[in-house]
This record gives sequence, C-alpha cells and structure tokens, in this order.
Amino acid sequence: MTETIEFEPTAYHVKKSNEGPALEIKDFNLWYGETQALFDNNLEIQKGQVTALIGPSGCGKSTLLRCLNRMNDLVDGLRIEGQITVDGFDIYAKGVDVIALRKRMGMVFQKPNPFAMSIYDNITYPLRVDGITKKSILDETVERALTQAALWKEVKDRLQESALGLSGGQQQRLCIARAVASDPEVLLMDEPCSALDPIATARIEDLIEELKGTYSIVMVTHSMAQAARVSDNTAFMYLGRLIEYGDTDTVFTNPQKSRTNDYVTGRFG
Amino acid sequence: MTSFNEQYPPASGAAGAAGAAAKDAVAPRARRRYSADLSALGEPALWGFGGALALGIIMIAVFLMAVLYNGATTFWPKPIEKVELTDGTVIAGVERRGTIFRPDLARLDEDVRATVEANDGFAYRTLYQTANFDIYGDDFRWAADFEMAGITRPEDMYYFERQVWGVFVGRIAQMQIDGQRMDYDPDVFRREQAAARERFREIRRIERNEIGRINQLIERERLAQRRAVLRQGEEAAAPVVAQSQTRIAELQEDFQVLQARVNEIRASDRGFRVTLEEVGGRQIEPEISQIVRYFPANTLGWFGKLRIYVSRWIEFVSAEPREANTQGGVLPAIFGTVAMTLLMVIFVAPFGVITALYLREYAKQGRITSIVRISVNNLAGVPSIVYGVFGLGFFAYTMGGTIDQLFYPENLPNPTFGKGGILWASLTLALLTVPVVIVATEEALAAVPRSMREGSLACGASKWQTIRYVVLPKALPGIMTGMILAMARGAGEVAPLMLVGVVKLAPALPIDGFYPFIHLDRSFMHLGFHIFDVGFQSRNSEAGKPMVFVTTLLLLALIVTMNATAIIIRNRLKRRYATGQF
Repeated sequence: MTETIEFEPTAYHVKKSNEGPALEIKDFNLWYGETQALFDNNLEIQKGQVTALIGPSGCGKSTLLRCLNRMNDLVDGLRIEGQITVDGFDIYAKGVDVIALRKRMGMVFQKPNPFAMSIYDNITYPLRVDGITKKSILDETVERALTQAALWKEVKDRLQESALGLSGGQQQRLCIARAVASDPEVLLMDEPCSALDPIATARIEDLIEELKGTYSIVMVTHSMAQAARVSDNTAFMYLGRLIEYGDTDTVFTNPQKSRTNDYVTGRFG
Repeated sequence: MTSFNEQYPPASGAAGAAGAAAKDAVAPRARRRYSADLSALGEPALWGFGGALALGIIMIAVFLMAVLYNGATTFWPKPIEKVELTDGTVIAGVERRGTIFRPDLARLDEDVRATVEANDGFAYRTLYQTANFDIYGDDFRWAADFEMAGITRPEDMYYFERQVWGVFVGRIAQMQIDGQRMDYDPDVFRREQAAARERFREIRRIERNEIGRINQLIERERLAQRRAVLRQGEEAAAPVVAQSQTRIAELQEDFQVLQARVNEIRASDRGFRVTLEEVGGRQIEPEISQIVRYFPANTLGWFGKLRIYVSRWIEFVSAEPREANTQGGVLPAIFGTVAMTLLMVIFVAPFGVITALYLREYAKQGRITSIVRISVNNLAGVPSIVYGVFGLGFFAYTMGGTIDQLFYPENLPNPTFGKGGILWASLTLALLTVPVVIVATEEALAAVPRSMREGSLACGASKWQTIRYVVLPKALPGIMTGMILAMARGAGEVAPLMLVGVVKLAPALPIDGFYPFIHLDRSFMHLGFHIFDVGFQSRNSEAGKPMVFVTTLLLLALIVTMNATAIIIRNRLKRRYATGQF
C-alpha cells in the first residue's frame, strides 16, 4: 500500500432528509489485529434515505456496515477508534446494550439465511426472543412484515411450512421481512442481491424503493448500476477510506475525485 | 496439436537457456508425450482401495454369516443317534460336530491300525452330546469312526430338557399314576407334563412375587429396627422395635400360609411319576415338573420341529437361565443390557453436550481449550478396563461408600451402593463414552454456518437464545449421531462392567414391583458378559458353545435395534426442526 491517498473533506451536497441524520460516523478507525481496515471515516446516514456503499472488493464497506450494529463484536482481536452515534448515543460507549441496539437495526445478509423453522417462526423470531408470545401480535406482525417484503401473497397459505422450501429470491425477501418484523429504524443490507438472479434482484430493488422512507437503509453493493438505481446517496470507499460521499446522481455523473470517476466508469474495481 | 503447442510453448530447459540469442536459430522443441500413464490416472491405487474395501466387507460378511448361521440353527432339533461301539458299549446322543484326529496307534487293534495307517495315521471322529450328566458325569463323548459298529435312530428315543442336570437322552420306560403302574401313553404324559409345568410356574410366581414381597417387608422391618437403635439408642428405640417385631410375626404368619400352599401344589406333583431309561438301561425317576420340554427327536415331523424351535426361541428371550446359564433364557441379561445402556445415555447426553457447548461456544479459544480438547480425545483411547478400575474405586467404593454411611447405615457392613451396581456401571460407561459425544457435538456445533448465528444475533437475540433456538436445533442430528456412536460403544463394552456391577446370575431385575421399583444399586446381567461366561467360564464349555452364538446374535440384534431406533428418532427430529415450531 505505497500509494498515498489525498485526504480532504469529501462530503458535499448530500441529499438531506428533513429529520436529520439517523447515524453519524465520526473519525472511525478499525483494526483487525495489527492491520488497519478503516481509516478516519466520517459519514452521516440520512433518515429515511437509501445510502449505498460502493467500492472495490476489500475496501472495507462491509466492515463499516457491520460496525453499525456491532456485528463485528464476534471477531477476535478487533479494535476501534472513533464514534458511531445513533440519535446522539455512542453505540461503542461502555455499557451499551448491544442486543437493544441490534433490535433497532434490521440486517439482511449477502446470502439468504432463513432459520430452519417455519416461515411463521422465522418472522416472529425477533419478537419471540423479546418474550412476546401473544398470538394476535405475532399474527399481525407476520402479515405486516410479509406484506412489506412483498411476500405475503405468495406464502400466506403455507406459513407453517419450512422456510427452507422457498426459492432463493423468496428466502431473501423472507430475510427482509424478518429484518423489518421488529420494526427497526435502520435496515442494513450487505449485498442483498449478490446471490440472486436478475429477476429476483429486480424485485428486491423494487422492495427497497418501497421500504425507504419508512426505514433508513444502508446498503453495500458491488453493482454500480444497482447503487445508481436505488440509492439516494452514495459513498465510495477505497482501501478503508471514504473517498467521496454525496448524492447519487452527482457521484455517478460528476464525481469530484478522479478515483471515483475511474471506478464508476468501470476503469478499475 | 500444432496450434496448442504454439500457444503454450513448453518451458523446456534448452529453450530457456538459449534465450533471446537463439531467436533466429530455432531450438528443437523438447519432445513430450501428452498422454497420461497408469500411475497418473491412479488405476493401481484404485485397485488397492477397491481391494481393501472388498477385503473388509468380506471379513465382516464372513463373521456375520458365521454368527447368523450358527445362531439361527442352534435351536433346531436334531435327531438322536444310537451308536453301537465295537467294544460292546452303546451310546445315544445328538451329533454335535466331527473332526479329523490322530489316534494313538499303539492302543488300536491290528486290523484297525492297518486302516488308520493306510490313512497316514488319521481317523475321523464325531462328538456326541450324550447328555445324562447325572448318570455319566459328562455331557459329551467322542466316537471314532473305527470304533463304531452301527448307527441307528430308534423311534422311542426322547430328548428331555430338564430344569436341573441338563438334557436327558433316553426312552420313557413306564409311568405311574397314583401308585398305578402303566405303560407309556403319549397323551397322558403330555397332559401331565403340561399340568406339572403349570404348577411349577405357579410355585415360581408365589415364591417370586408373594413370598418375595414378604421377605422384602421383613427385611425392611429389620432395617427399620436397626435404624431406630442406631439413631435413638437401645432403650429409646425399644417400643419401635417391639412394634416392628409384632409386624414381623404377622408377616411370618403370612409366609407360613404361602409356604403351605406351595407345599400343597408341590404334593400334587407326586401323584404322577415317570421312569426314564438311558440307552444302557439305567433308570432315573425325575420329578415331572422338572421336565421343561421333551420331544421324540427321531419321529418328529418338520412341523413339530418348527414348534420346538419357536418355543426354544421364546424361552430364550423371555425366561431366566438354567443350568449355569448354558440353557434357558437370557431375559435378565437383555433387560440389564438395555437398562444399563439407556441409563448411560441419560447420563452421557447432558454431560457431553454441555461440555461441548461450553468448549465450543463460550470458552475463549486458546491454549487451555486446546489442551482440554486434546485430553478429551485422548480419553477415548484409555483402555476400558482402566475405566472399570476407576469406576470401582471412585464410584462404588468412594461415592457408594459415602452414600451408604449417610443414608444406609443400618445395612452396614453389607454395602448398598458401596459395591458394583447398575448405577455405577452406567456412570462408568458414560465416562467411557463421553469423549465420543463431546467430539461429535463440537463438530456438529462447528458445522452450523456462521450466517445462521449472525442472522439470529442481528434479530436482537442474545448469545444463549441464538444457541438455544438456532444453533442447537441445527446441530441436533450431529449430536444424535454422536449419541448413537456412544450407545453402540457402550452396549458392546464388557471389560469395565465386570468390575462395576455385572454378575453371572442376577435373577432380580433392576426394575421390579417392589418399592422403590427402580433399584439402581443392584447388580445386573449383561449379554456381553453372558457370552464370555457361558463360552469360557462354565463347567462345560462345549455345552455352552451353541449359547455363545445365539447370545451373540441376540446382542448384535439388540444393538442394531437400539441404533436403528436412535437413527429413526434423529431423522424425525431433523424433519421436525426443519419444519418447525420451537
């Protein structure tokens, strides 16, 4: 890593929501053991908007995403510096209830990972781990979440069947339904379409379109076309640094940094 | 081919060394064959692998066939042969097996010696089960071919299986009803024998259940007296003791009544007498109730043989052993084996799973966990007899001894738990098999995909909830597999059991109708030990040999059944957790 990366304030005319930022990332550094993976990241995720994180493989976009709900806590030898705040609360402060935090952040993973339970149990899982057992609440949640994930019509007659019997695209929508079941504030999506075919991808993208506004969505994607299609703001990361962050149209049509230009025009990455 | 070589020129040494200088003088291309030889294709290795597999399968198949054939044919009734020997003696018996041997030529007659010598000094001999141990003092007799004068199968030869003294081979000389002598009448005899057996079972039942219960109660009273004396002192306990004595007296009266009834039943046996005569003419007069089963071996039709065969099997799996375990059934051993194995599973399952859970999910992975893991794996290699010694010393003597002193002081110096018993045996085996369960569980836990755990954690589940609802159900089939392996290992283990509770004969099952119903302190019988005992420890191992095969067959069948059940349960769980509610 001999090349030097120019470092100046990178955020500019970000599409702002009127409610202010949902998440603020301030001077965030992260090390895996001795290796630094994130360098001084600063980012404000706007409420109700879709924010796409793009960049070449290994640039740290997934790492950054997984820091937002402290999923990286599972990794041994991890060290961080800086702050991530949700509504002004530092999520890495001492004594923060990680479980409570994760309940405010639904997460969808790269590969669909439904549990080996029925569809119904999958969706009610976040509620049941909270100790909610009242049937009416659970039923209501299942219908709402599945409707939100545009899956209700397809599975309403087989809620008690195994979730593993669904197709890949349906499974991923089920995972989205599970993520929104506990009504979180933020939806984190880690390349949600990378394991899906184009048709299933299109459906998920439509879904993201519908869900935005209700939830603030942070989405890691490898596909620039997808980022251009669905996101309001785009952050371009390279080698652990946030290079450019701005409103999607500007980042794609008129990037300020040459490296961003190279990436979005497909010259590397 | 040309285009291929142009595209990928072989990086031969000559071309490389020549380098750019030899550009215009094109170096001859090194010849190279592009076909693969036999070793590259792995054919010889493949033959080796296939051969090894075939060898393994053949060995197992031969073993299974031997057990199956011998086990399945043992109970089939065989004819009785009457053999007249050249020296004038007559023997009668069932042919067991034959073998070639080298007779002592010096002791043979001239003409016989000539024939044997013509045969390189070898001769053939047959082993007959002549039975009648009470008369002959032996059950078997070898008869060489050259000493046989004639073999016949007389129709009046009967094969009697008796409660004691083993088999009797001979004819029925005469019967006697209420002092009236009469000739043998098959119908009368069959009716009387069936009635006598019925009475015999009735006596058994009374002795086992009713008299057994009275003995139990008397014993308990006796212990209660001792306990009272130990706790309160001689004088203070006097009223308790007196009360208890009256109760004992009452019980003894009951006992007298029952004993009188037993005697009465037994007396009615004496109305019918039968005289049996062995082939040499010597007679015995057995009690008819002692004859378990009899049949005319030489006149029995195919259907009759089948009936005897089935009835022997039924007796085998549902009755107690007779004749130093060489005859009768093995019910206590079946029961002991199953009960001990199930108890072992009950102990080993939670222990192994919890250990593996902590080791894999909670413990910090590092040097100490590695050491623990290696130690656990090594435990699986400790000779099982060592576990037996440990079980006897730690469980039986130390733990059991302490329990005795705390809870059963009135019974001392007789140990209650301070000796081998089914509880200590199953604990010892649990210790022996726990590494299997730990290793299997750890592997099953490790095989649960990370994405599953992350999905659960991202839903706001705690670590424990994730393990409980996502990881464990997913790992359950793997854990069950470990349990099945442990069960198979435990059910087949004998050596440690000989130290911690298995005995040759224990008619009292660990579970019965007397309070507290489950007697974990009791010794028990085990099929594996039964094989060892019958085959190698009985007074007449020749007599026990068929039993060895049958018992082996049964033990194999039992283990297969238990494993199959466990596998079915595992598959059902798999389905249930694949579709299911939690």
